[in-house]
Amino acid sequence: MITIKNGRILDPANNIDEILDLTIENGVITQIGKNLPEGLRTGEKSQAINAENMWVVPGLIDMHVHLRDPGYKHKETIKTGTQAAAKGGFTTICAMANTNPVTDNEIVVEYITSKARKEGVVHVLPIGSVTKGMAGQELSAIGEMAAAGICAISEDGKFVENPALLKTAMTYAKMFNLPILSHCEEPRITGSGQIAAGNHAENLGLKGIIPESEEMAVARDIILAKAAKSRLHICHVSTQESLYHIRNAKAKGIAVTAEVTPHHFTLCVEDIPPYDANFKMSPPLRTAADIAALKAALQDGTIDVIATDHAPHHADDKNCEFELAQNGIIGLETAISLSITELIEPKILTPLEWVAKLTVNPAKILGLADKGSLTIGTNADVTIIDPNVEYTIDKNNFASLSKNTPFVGRKTKGKALYTIVAGKIILNAGELIC
Amino acid sequence: MSKLPKKDLLGIKNLSATEILTLLEMAKAEKPKIKNPQLRDDSLKNVSLATLFYENSTRTKLSFLLAGDYLGAITNDLNISTSSVAKGETLIDTGLTLDSMGINIIVIRHSMAGSAQLLAENVSAAVVNGGDGSNEHPTQALLDLFTMWEHKNSFANLKVAILGDIANSRVARSNIFGLTKLGANVTLAGPPTLVSQNMASLGVTVTNNITEAIADADFIMGLRVQLERQKAATFPSLAEYAHFWGLTKEHLQHAKPDAIIMHPGPVNRGVELSTELIDGDRSVIYPQVENGVAIRMAVLKYLALANIGNIGAKKDYVIKFL
Repeated sequence: MITIKNGRILDPANNIDEILDLTIENGVITQIGKNLPEGLRTGEKSQAINAENMWVVPGLIDMHVHLRDPGYKHKETIKTGTQAAAKGGFTTICAMANTNPVTDNEIVVEYITSKARKEGVVHVLPIGSVTKGMAGQELSAIGEMAAAGICAISEDGKFVENPALLKTAMTYAKMFNLPILSHCEEPRITGSGQIAAGNHAENLGLKGIIPESEEMAVARDIILAKAAKSRLHICHVSTQESLYHIRNAKAKGIAVTAEVTPHHFTLCVEDIPPYDANFKMSPPLRTAADIAALKAALQDGTIDVIATDHAPHHADDKNCEFELAQNGIIGLETAISLSITELIEPKILTPLEWVAKLTVNPAKILGLADKGSLTIGTNADVTIIDPNVEYTIDKNNFASLSKNTPFVGRKTKGKALYTIVAGKIILNAGELIC
Repeated sequence: MSKLPKKDLLGIKNLSATEILTLLEMAKAEKPKIKNPQLRDDSLKNVSLATLFYENSTRTKLSFLLAGDYLGAITNDLNISTSSVAKGETLIDTGLTLDSMGINIIVIRHSMAGSAQLLAENVSAAVVNGGDGSNEHPTQALLDLFTMWEHKNSFANLKVAILGDIANSRVARSNIFGLTKLGANVTLAGPPTLVSQNMASLGVTVTNNITEAIADADFIMGLRVQLERQKAATFPSLAEYAHFWGLTKEHLQHAKPDAIIMHPGPVNRGVELSTELIDGDRSVIYPQVENGVAIRMAVLKYLALANIGNIGAKKDYVIKFL
């Protein structure tokens, strides 16, 4: 039995924001209330956690993670990736399909889930690819993978160029109630672009990426989702005009949702030091005006979800010519602190609004009825956050196997102190115990 | 590896106006040695130089090697197609290999922006950027500046028009940085597919009108049109490009009467410049090549001096020849 005392319970699903106690017994949330006694029952080891001045929230869900196994275990393994998740306060992560082999059939899904059971320390939900081998030609074994437990389909990292094929996938996926998570980028517009187009790209002699490569893809996918009457989730939105299309679609009642990454609301293109590949990602860092628009969209609900796009890469994949460097940065262990520093401290979001974007909202999109809340009787996935601790991000403190992030040395505020997965304490007072 | 601060030449954007002018003065002193063998010396006799060219070059590579030879340095060209690079060695590993063999100065040309900086950050040899992607080609700009300076002796209020494929040109970018630092006015012109309006942010005027670009120009610089740009559909054909953007004698009535024609080479005759202009008395295309050797002698000496202690040159020895 675990009793969490005097924490600020933030449970947007049940609209609770109050100093209360919470108890966990046999892996389930059993009580929430004032002055709950500790260790009532006998026969179970009991532990009390003093959560004064801390936030007690539903276990965070990251619906956009690259776990790299199978295929790239030198970048991340299911063990290190889930440890990084636990350290960052996440109890559920969704594993993107661009593994090697691609997650396009039940065998790979089964490999990931069985490995996660063996060596993972948080819940892992695989995502299946839209097309076989992500080659954009034939549909993946979507139904077979749905039966094996995927939570969504996505071609993330790639764009399904053939619109008819994507519409077919959207229509077919409805049979299994799977959303499509779309990486919106028209690659023929991106071309050989490396960073966002503009003064900084001109100054560095790097080819620029215009925002329209994302925006025309967002607009297209919304049109297709409307035609297919399916559920579309736009991954890592990064530009003002993309938000315009999403806002309009929502107003028309089209079933579209969207996510933003912490790096896209924190950094802009001008922050990129010359040719530092730890700042290279897809979509690229955009302008200060885009950041302001993303924050406004988080406020007005146009953006439903914060997801990290955790993309671990080996040092060799980054310490090379900028053009050859891989896209992406790790994000699981910096999401809380960047959110608190960039969104909550400046009062862009209230703590309760912020928690919703990492819990109940992704749970709804993915159809996870038992996750994303502190409802009594549900699985005890709980995270306790110290929102006040100030520290400098240190790459030696990452649990992730990779260290590729532009945030090393950045002063931030807030971190997860306890991560409880199905009633089991994985992160204890900031230390992994697994 | 040396922990002393190392001086490289990665781009004109990293140089001050004073440094640029110092290099031009030094080039002026070196220039007579090119055509008068008796004047050549061995001021860089302890310095070893390697050229590491991942892209083709006629002028730049040979002129670096000759500049080193004329100053007594040990010069080597790493033949990329037969080296380990062809076996997949990374740029950093190749650089460290050259370091281990005692190379003091590496001149690199590479198709990707930032590659010279990457090499410089990872080796103890001084690195000279011989052209990195669409970023910079600093010694080309320095030789162009040297050529203009020989004619005008000053950059204040000079008008320089740069024509052609600006978007993909490291020569244009380095010249823009240099000319704006020295007080000249720069106008860029070309088809809108090859000249981005974003470049105005670099402190220059951008136009898609050739006549407007060369109006009252002191110098007109044509840039090589790369044939692969046609395949990338940035213009329909070389013939059409030549029709709208090829500089001819008729255009020159809009420029200053003593306007000078420049081109970094190699030239597509009849495309960016008419043959009449290339071979005419206003063209300085071959003096530019000669100045290229002079400027590279200056750059090598400058780096040898700046890196005394890091590389083999002895300070007194180099200064004696300055």
